[in-house]
Amino acid sequence: MAAFFSPFISKPDTVAQIMLRVMLALLPGIAMYVWYFGPAILVSIALASVTALATEAAMLKLRNRPVAPFLQDNSALLTGWLLALSIPPLAPWWLIVVGTAFAISISKHLYGGLGNNPFNPAMIGFAVLIVSFPAQMTHWLTPHGLGQVELGFLDQLRYTFLGSLPPGVTLDAITMATPLDTLKTRLHLDESVKQIFDMPIYGRLAGQGSEMVSLGFLAGGLYLIAARIITWHVPVAYLGALFATAGIFHLTDPAHYVTPLFHWFSGAAMLGAFFILTDPVTSPTTNKGKLIFAAGAGLLTYLIRAFGGFPDGIAFATLLMNICVPLIVLYTQPKVFGKKHPSGKNGGAQ
Amino acid sequence: MLEALLVMSLIALALGAVLGYSAIKFRVEGNPLADKVDALLPQTQCGQCGYPGCRPYADAIVSGEADINLCPPGGEEGIQKLADLLGVEFKPFGAGAEPKPKAVAFIDENTCIGCTLCLQACPVDAIMGAAKQMHTIIASECTGCELCVAPCPVDCISMVTISENVENWKWKYPVYALKSVPPETTSRTPV
Amino acid sequence: MRTLFKFHGGVHPPGNKAQSTQQPTAVAPIPAKLVIPFRQHAGEAAKPVVQVGDHVLKGQLIGEPAGFISSAIHAPTSGTITAIDIQPVAHPSGLPDLCATLIPDGRDEWVERKPTDYRTLPADELRHLLRMSGIVGLGGAVFPSDVKLRPLRDHPNKDIGTLILNGAECEPWITCDDMLMRERAAEIVQGAEMLRSMLGSREVLIGIEDNKPEAIAAMRLAVADSGLPFEVVAVPTIYPGGSAKQLIRVLTGLEVPSGKLPTDIGVQCFNVATVYSAWRAVAHGEPLISRVVTVTGNVARPRNYEALIGTPLTDLIALGEPLPDTDGYIMGGPMMGTPLPSTSVPLVKAGNCIIAGSKKLFPPPPPALPCIRCTRCAQACPADLQPMDLYWFSQSKNFGQAQAFSLFDCIECGACSYVCPSHIPLVQYFRFSKSEIRMREQEKQAADRARERHEYREFRIEREKQEKAERLAAKEKAAAAAKPVEPPVVATNPDAAPENTAQMKIQAAIEHAKEQAAAIKPKNTENLSAEQLAEIAEIEARRARIRETAKSDVEPPKE
Ligand code: SF4
Ligand code: SF4
Repeated sequence: MAAFFSPFISKPDTVAQIMLRVMLALLPGIAMYVWYFGPAILVSIALASVTALATEAAMLKLRNRPVAPFLQDNSALLTGWLLALSIPPLAPWWLIVVGTAFAISISKHLYGGLGNNPFNPAMIGFAVLIVSFPAQMTHWLTPHGLGQVELGFLDQLRYTFLGSLPPGVTLDAITMATPLDTLKTRLHLDESVKQIFDMPIYGRLAGQGSEMVSLGFLAGGLYLIAARIITWHVPVAYLGALFATAGIFHLTDPAHYVTPLFHWFSGAAMLGAFFILTDPVTSPTTNKGKLIFAAGAGLLTYLIRAFGGFPDGIAFATLLMNICVPLIVLYTQPKVFGKKHPSGKNGGAQ
Repeated sequence: MLEALLVMSLIALALGAVLGYSAIKFRVEGNPLADKVDALLPQTQCGQCGYPGCRPYADAIVSGEADINLCPPGGEEGIQKLADLLGVEFKPFGAGAEPKPKAVAFIDENTCIGCTLCLQACPVDAIMGAAKQMHTIIASECTGCELCVAPCPVDCISMVTISENVENWKWKYPVYALKSVPPETTSRTPV
Repeated sequence: MRTLFKFHGGVHPPGNKAQSTQQPTAVAPIPAKLVIPFRQHAGEAAKPVVQVGDHVLKGQLIGEPAGFISSAIHAPTSGTITAIDIQPVAHPSGLPDLCATLIPDGRDEWVERKPTDYRTLPADELRHLLRMSGIVGLGGAVFPSDVKLRPLRDHPNKDIGTLILNGAECEPWITCDDMLMRERAAEIVQGAEMLRSMLGSREVLIGIEDNKPEAIAAMRLAVADSGLPFEVVAVPTIYPGGSAKQLIRVLTGLEVPSGKLPTDIGVQCFNVATVYSAWRAVAHGEPLISRVVTVTGNVARPRNYEALIGTPLTDLIALGEPLPDTDGYIMGGPMMGTPLPSTSVPLVKAGNCIIAGSKKLFPPPPPALPCIRCTRCAQACPADLQPMDLYWFSQSKNFGQAQAFSLFDCIECGACSYVCPSHIPLVQYFRFSKSEIRMREQEKQAADRARERHEYREFRIEREKQEKAERLAAKEKAAAAAKPVEPPVVATNPDAAPENTAQMKIQAAIEHAKEQAAAIKPKNTENLSAEQLAEIAEIEARRARIRETAKSDVEPPKE
């Protein structure tokens, strides 16, 4: 009975457990990844994990904070995993290390560490990488059965760490642009959606392989909602907004705008809806705010995908909406018990 | 180049004119800053700052003649508030000016001779009594300034410290278990 | 079936109520010593009306209400008052308070009890009777019941349409109301009818959480037997469903407006145990001198006891036989209770439960991590607040913002702390902020008053000076008019003279006082009768006592 004040009991949940369960929920998606693209992703995840923990420990030391409790909270690990899942699996090792280290040190700890960062660290890491190393960020692996050559696990490892490919194999032979990317380039060449979809890289819903990965993330996300780790607000609003915008454009011109389902199951939409936008620290705290935040992100994702310069828009949509969070929270305060109006209207932002 | 310079100086001139005009037009009468400073002072009226009351001290602070760390009853928090209001650095108390625990005066009714000297000294009229009658302190109005203690010719006034009891007790700031840094450095910064 | 409403949030902590309901309520033996605090209710402490050495009877008044919100204190058994002094009490601060110590004589002899038929008394006399019987809310807030039965100040003719009996008892471990309802349902129903007639309510609802089927059945039976049109409503078990505002919301769908009282929406709410003791006070003439208390937790024999107010908790705990690994005690429930500074403190009217704790039952919380804004606290908050924001403002001592975000609507239920995965003592921060804000407001008011008084004083001195000058000028003028030829004799400094004389007078008085002090005895104490001497001795003793209390209390006496 070490507590000096009530309540003397508390739910056994801890931050570490919550993070761990989010990581568990990532597993179906990761399994799909391995199945369709080979085990390279596991290497990047491992690399990101080690970097994340090392950076976290170093930053805690530098900031004169206790290291043990924070290292055990799994939040750094989760950041590392999310970053690894959003960049190409065959990325050189230093890309992952730089991205993760940047995410943890600059965008998390410089803002005050766990709970205080205004921007999603994983997405900051991603944004930095895609701006600084655009070439390396396009080396996506070709799914099983589509490439001319397939690399074995050892070859993949060698490429990741040494940057060398087996003799006779070029990088182009094993990688390709993502389905979203291809779509964008081809549309610019004035091909119609139908023509493009006849290409072998497209599957039933979206990209061959990547659609299954998205399904995996969807399954994990549903588990998170069922286990009450996240609420339904963010995924529903995000996917809803994405579906609605994509749907409107698709209806106006089916030849140039793909179906909303394609948008759902390509790129990082599912990962974003259930795992990235739901990051508690950087999303609004009110339910209404969550809806606005996620819907805004859905809209932005579509706009960036359809009209922007980048093939996928999750990262920038997330970061842009992160900026708005304090304002959204301030204007979506719930009605307090016994009051007619929400509180805080006369106060400023936090 | 020249055009740009011209445009810039024109804009600067125009803005300057607007500012100057509004400074005259919206000028506030009196000295609102002194009012704000006065509002932060504890109104003990003890004169420990060297001025004959809180208001004169507030005026002196505003005119730049007095420092912000001269008011012991206001405590360090008072200095901090003044520093925030005036946008200056926090300044610790000088030696010998540290705040004392809050107290109220208490007249020993057996010894009081009813001389009214304390009555004249009290800055907030918190002493009741008349000539040759026993005096008593209205404790709820006493600011604890101690000004009545010295004039009493028979030394019957003492200061009684207000100790913590069930009625005036407050909940404490929760101890934050994760502070590995010495408390002095973190007390002002949120974790 | 009545349609029930919901309130936002709430949590489901494990109930742990079965342990202490296995056996019926037992009467705790009279202890060797009782310590009765004079502050057992919200509002002003009672004023002692007995002296050390007095022999008192069971139920005799020993402390009378002092102030509008106050209540009486009675001797729980017959015996001798051996001390009236500062003793440790069960207060979250751990600070002591004024108590009477009573050594029972073992005869347990009642004062004369006057059973009354409440129908023959007007409401204000009934209220006075309740006040003088020391009836206060036994649910935990210990607010004097007579105040809650007063007609509304703003609309004296408005009826309190609905009377709610709170038998929800939502806190884990506590079962005293449960047992009371099972065993004394009939008297609770009688009491409810009495309060209903005082308030003029048309509807009486008895809310009981559905984890107490026996209590619900007993109350339903008692209501049916009485033939009264009361309704026993089983409400869903959820913490804090027993908080008055939340229970009112569940039963009626109405929300008590922020900062208002239930009566403002035509509802009044009493705890079942309060209703029971109000009935005992009126129908049997028995003031509130005992209550049912749950002794549970890490004990071999968890059970409910009817114990005398003032019983040292050590005695009660001993009845439960605490297990060897017990490492602390909680008074009240685990969600809102306070840890006991020591077990020697007495049982008070608010004491509904004593829980023995151990590392296993109440493991120490893991170290608090920063808030990750997961909003679990907001989802659990029954007041629909945003505890993470309030926490942010409280820990940075940004009290203005905390207030703007409705800090004072927090009912301190602890649901937010309970669910927080970072294990932040949220509600503790809120308690801290609230008391800090309250204190600052008081200080601010005192400062404003001081400023006003000071300014008035300056003004007065200025005015007096002016008046004096005017008077002198008038005098001079008159003198000049009367004797125009004579040159002014008293010349140079007109105001010096009166002041000088005043100072001389004071000087004389001082000398006089010094002489007096030297002459050991004041003059008027010569030639006194024995009675007068005794009286003086008594006054001296009282003064000494006052000085004693003045040292420990805020204000010296204002006589
Ligand atoms: S439950 Fe705890 S960690 Fe979660 S938002 Fe509330 S205070 Fe923060
Ligand atoms: S303690 Fe206050 S803030 Fe926390 S859940 Fe209860 S009412 Fe809400």
